[in-house]
Amino acid sequence: MFLKKLNLLNFKNYQEAEICPDLGANAFVGGNGAGKTNVLDAIHYLSMSKSYFNAMDSQVIRNGEEYFIVQGVFEDGESEENISCSLKKNQRKVLRRNQEDYEKLADHIGLIPVVMISPTDTVLITGGSEERRKFMDSIISQYNKKYLTDLISYNRVLSQRNAFLKQLSKSGRGDISMLEIFNEQLIPLAEYIHETRLGFIEELVPVFRHYYDFISGKSETPGIHYDSKVMHGQFHDLLEKHAERDLIMQHTTAGIHKDELQFIMNDMPVRKFASQGQQKSLLIALKLAQFDFISKVKNVKPVLLLDDIFEKLDNMRIDRLMKLVREDNFGQIFITDAHPERVSHIFRELDLPLRTFVVENNEIRQSADKEIGQEIQWNDEKIQ
Amino acid sequence: MSTFSSRILEETVNAFSRLPGIGKRSALRLVLHLLKSNPEEAGRLGSLLARLRSEIRYCKVCNNICEAEVCQICSGTGRDHSVLCIVEDIRDVIAIENTEQYKGLYHVLGGLISPMDGIGPEELNISGLIERVRASSFTEIILALSTTMEGDTTSFYLVKKLKLASDTEFNISTIARGISVGDELEYADEVTLGRSILHRVPYEGSSVQGKNKPMP
Ligand SMILES: [Zn+2]
Repeated sequence: MFLKKLNLLNFKNYQEAEICPDLGANAFVGGNGAGKTNVLDAIHYLSMSKSYFNAMDSQVIRNGEEYFIVQGVFEDGESEENISCSLKKNQRKVLRRNQEDYEKLADHIGLIPVVMISPTDTVLITGGSEERRKFMDSIISQYNKKYLTDLISYNRVLSQRNAFLKQLSKSGRGDISMLEIFNEQLIPLAEYIHETRLGFIEELVPVFRHYYDFISGKSETPGIHYDSKVMHGQFHDLLEKHAERDLIMQHTTAGIHKDELQFIMNDMPVRKFASQGQQKSLLIALKLAQFDFISKVKNVKPVLLLDDIFEKLDNMRIDRLMKLVREDNFGQIFITDAHPERVSHIFRELDLPLRTFVVENNEIRQSADKEIGQEIQWNDEKIQ
Repeated sequence: MSTFSSRILEETVNAFSRLPGIGKRSALRLVLHLLKSNPEEAGRLGSLLARLRSEIRYCKVCNNICEAEVCQICSGTGRDHSVLCIVEDIRDVIAIENTEQYKGLYHVLGGLISPMDGIGPEELNISGLIERVRASSFTEIILALSTTMEGDTTSFYLVKKLKLASDTEFNISTIARGISVGDELEYADEVTLGRSILHRVPYEGSSVQGKNKPMP
């Protein structure tokens, strides 16, 4: 599955833009703040129906405009998929596949898998547990429909249960037996989500270790621990044990929405005890494991979005990553870089074609093949 | 300063635009249409609107819309008084009646349990239902609620209360899920809905145990 055409309308800094990417590697080059990352985010929209960076869709609409549209044509063998995602202010987001509206956005997830590697991924280490659950959920949702629908249902019942708890403690009004009914609804959903997460992490860890060793060049046995208080057949007891607390706190204090993923290095938590370098290797390894995992279960290579990695990674890690690119481990790739010479040099060294797009003045244009990289004298000192 | 040259025009447009799904632009289009059309048409609409609120009542048995104390379904002789179908609102009664596959009675709840929207069991026509079941001798009660989480919550709740309500034995069934999960009942097409009510299945609330006999 590769993107052969992308159209943007009032998307972030772009009023109107159209590009035709190569089915191999593509680079967006331009100064900092030019909007290179926004193009990657547009591609992310076509896959996950939401931004990788902005929590609210309305923030994505270009200043002063009323709506945005992102449209992409994907090719998969002989068939084409025309996907569009649009939002008009104060209206529901619309996702379309081949001119037909999806009734539920969730139905689309998994059709066009993507993996993004971005400097903001550090929140996976520094952020709260919801960031790590989101990471896990977004991977599993791309290949397991039941997981996604159960998760949506779980969150819905949870919101209802919390609203009920709030109402009960505020006004004292309400039938307490409702709590038991919400529990009965949560249990089968929580148990399925829990078991799926457990199985997923078990399968992910060896892949993750493999990539960590490869990227870092070392054997440091990093790990991922999945901590959950929800255990099969025991969630009902757990909910009952927390009932009193729930009533005081006015929200549900136990469940899979409290699950935690812990990254560890040599038996110590990564957040406190791993070096910057180890943390970088860990994040890349995590994303590569995600890529590998989705490729295997879906039998299709996800679109790989590499945001500003040459700036944030040292040469050793870049070399390792590019070795994977050269060995044809990936499908279509999109890379952003503030230094046009750097990215073209790297791909020339790999002897791989690269289609380059110049991003400036809120416009994107494909650069003429010889314009970049070949006329500018490259020297290695530049990338220190 | 008003953009309209007439106060009446402006107020009518505003009144129309307060209706759900009608914006200012559509409201103006409707009002201009009424202005251009036969005067009797507008007069008829006006008097119907006035009668709508003053003459329409809710059936005191099932909560369906009617013009008498009791609706035609509840008082009708051609109906099977041993089967009761519980629905969310009046639109569902209309939808199921349109399938012509069901001859029993209805009970309209007036919504689904949803604390997020401030709707608890007390806000719905549930105590009326319990009394009704106690006083009647239904052999089967059908739950025909939306397959949303709120529909499930409400079904769970009703089954618990119904089991406690009556000593007489009745089956509890739920419409067959020809409708995909998450669908609202009113959007299901007639054929699917008709088939779902014919092929209804025994209700399986995971932990709700009752003394009701199994479905034949
Ligand atoms: Zn009636």
